[in-house]
Parts: sequence; C-alpha cells; structure tokens
Amino acid sequence: MREMVTMVVVLTVLSALSGGLLSGLRNATASKIEVQQLKFVKGPAIKSILKGASNDPIADRFALKDGEVERKFFVGKFDGKTNTVVLESSGKGYGGDVGLMVAVNVENDQIVGVGVTTHSETPGLGATAKDDPGFASQFKGMSIKDAYKVTNDGGKINAISGATITSRAVCSAASDAGMIYKKLKPQLEEKLKEFK
Amino acid sequence: MAKTLTQEFTKGLWEEIAPFRLVLGLCPVLGVTTTMENGIGMGLATTFVLVFSNILVASLRNVIPAKVRIACFIIIIATFVVVTELLMQAFAYPLFLKLGVFIPLIVVNCIVLGRAEAFASKNDIALSIADGLGIGIGFTLSLAALGALRELFGANNLTVWTTPTSVIGVQEVFGTSFEPFSFMVQAPGAFVCLGLMLCVMNLMGSK
Repeated sequence: MREMVTMVVVLTVLSALSGGLLSGLRNATASKIEVQQLKFVKGPAIKSILKGASNDPIADRFALKDGEVERKFFVGKFDGKTNTVVLESSGKGYGGDVGLMVAVNVENDQIVGVGVTTHSETPGLGATAKDDPGFASQFKGMSIKDAYKVTNDGGKINAISGATITSRAVCSAASDAGMIYKKLKPQLEEKLKEFK
Repeated sequence: MAKTLTQEFTKGLWEEIAPFRLVLGLCPVLGVTTTMENGIGMGLATTFVLVFSNILVASLRNVIPAKVRIACFIIIIATFVVVTELLMQAFAYPLFLKLGVFIPLIVVNCIVLGRAEAFASKNDIALSIADGLGIGIGFTLSLAALGALRELFGANNLTVWTTPTSVIGVQEVFGTSFEPFSFMVQAPGAFVCLGLMLCVMNLMGSK
C-alpha cells in the first residue's frame, strides 16, 4: 500500500513539475519564436505570394482585434495602390496545425496568392503543400467569399495525391481566412488608407 | 572497481561510441546526416538532453520507485526534449527547420533512455554527467563523421555551421568538375556509409 502511494506521488509530482517548467519556458520563448518564424518562414512566404509589390510587406504590418484574439495583417502595394492585404489562418492537418498566408485584393475580393508556412506534415507527402507551387496556385484568382473544398468533397481544389488531409487543412484554413476577411473588411479598408 | 570520471567520459568516445560500437540510436544517424552541419546540430541537441536527463535521473535515483522508473525516466527525458525544441526554435530556427521531426524523436532515442536506465540510475551525479557528456560527444562525432562523408561525396561540400550571414565550411571540395554521387545523400547511401564505417571500426578493433 505504501509503495503504491509513493509511486503515485512521485509520478504526479514529476509530471506537475515538468508541466510547470514547460509552460513557463513556452511563455518565455513565445515572442522570440514568433520573430524567428516571421523571419525564416512567414517572411519568405509573404514575399513570394506578394511578388512584385513595391513596398516591404513585413515592415508594413498592423494588428486588429477580432473579438478576443489579435490578428496580424501584412500590406502589399501594387502599381502605386495599396490594395492587397495578407492574413494568416490555420487548419488541422495530419501532423498538427498547418499555417497558411492568404493574400487578398480588397478591390475585387480575389485571392492574390496563398502560401503554406508552418506545418508538421509528412515529408514527401503532406509537406508538398508547401514545396509544390502548383497546389497553392490553384487558389489564385478565386473569390475570397467562397468556401474551399477539395474535389473529393465536391469542391474545386485538386488535392495533393496521398495527402488529402493536408489538402483539406489548407482548404479549411483558406475558408477561415475568408470568414475573418468578411468580418473585418470595413476595418481593414480603414487601416489600408493609412499606408497610402 | 570504481571508475574515474575520465574513464567514464572517454569510454563514450571510442570503446562504447554509441552508433558504431553499440549500434544504437540509428534513426537520427541515418535520417539527419545528409550534411555535416545537420549531424552536429542533432548530436549537440541529443548531448544536451542526455546530460540533463542523466543529472536529474542520478539525483532522483533514490526517490524514484523501481516499478515506475521507466515512466519517470520518460517524463524527465521528454521534458528536456521539449526544452531543446523550444530553445532551438527561439535561437536556431533554420536548424530547427532542417531537423524537423527528428528533434521530438529524441524522446524515443534508445541511447538516452539506455544511459538513464543502465548508468545514471545506479551512479552519482558527477559520474553521470561525465557519462552523458562522453556518450553525447561520441554520438555527435559519429553523426558529424557520417554527415561529413555523405556531404563530401554526395554534394561536394563540407558545411560546419551556418550563421544567418555566412556559411562556415568549404564549398566544392573536389573542384567544379567533380560530379557528386547523389546516391550518398539519399537514404540507401546512409546505410552503405554506416556499414562501411562499422566495417572500418571493426577492422581497427580486431587484433
């Protein structure tokens, strides 16, 4: 009986200490990790979907409150007009969250481009969503007001072969981005005027 | 019978060098050694986990009940692996991108659990640190050697470390006319290289 109690106590204390330490460290490193992600993953993704923009989308960013959460937006200037905004969303993939950057033209509500950023999908299968430009380019020119689905689910997006779950995650992330966009569009347009 | 700190440290560098003598921990050995830099990064991450889990296991060895020791070891190891992962994301993000899924996999690396079970749970803290450092550095050297071999012949390069601004290493070691064997950087090349290195080490060890 005594042995039983010791076992439970030791395991519980150990788990609690470990949990406490990790959540502390996570909070301590969160802002640093965000900067690193912006520099090495999101930055290049934003630059590649906003190819030809005359400003630096990473520098021209702002945040808006959407209910409780704060969302970040990046601004793109084309032909002298500040008409493109990049928003961030994510979907549930095979190995965790799949982060997506969606660039939208606010004048005609069309998608300028999408890019997968952070993910933990299988290399060679799901990870192709990030590496193969063909998949992401399917979203180009589609209206942001649509809900996106892969062809298996009756939509228009051709899934990556062997990675339907990842493809669905990207579609749901894009649809989420659409919802955020619709909800915040008036505020977005206000904000964009400041970047003229 | 008691061994000295130096003996415990140096045994990991040659006599019990993990991937070659014990043929343990082969998942990262085969998986990440496409370049020397990846090998060094993975080796250092494993060394970090190994040393700290050894310290903790050794200091708690009289508290942990024998029946649940493996579960306790895994909690300790997993904690340090997540610590490594978070620190790497915060301070060495490009390396984290390259090593990817292999960092969380350190949890199930049998070298780490093996040292906790076979050594740290029976010895004091100082000896356990020496053991962890020795085995860890031996593991790093093995990964670096295998990575160097594969990178040298597979990509004609030798990178030691990449900083955000520059690359420390040699590009095009054999000159521009050398056609790299891309076989070497693919998975079968890893097996062949490891086999050849094992063979050489056994030849050197046999009398």
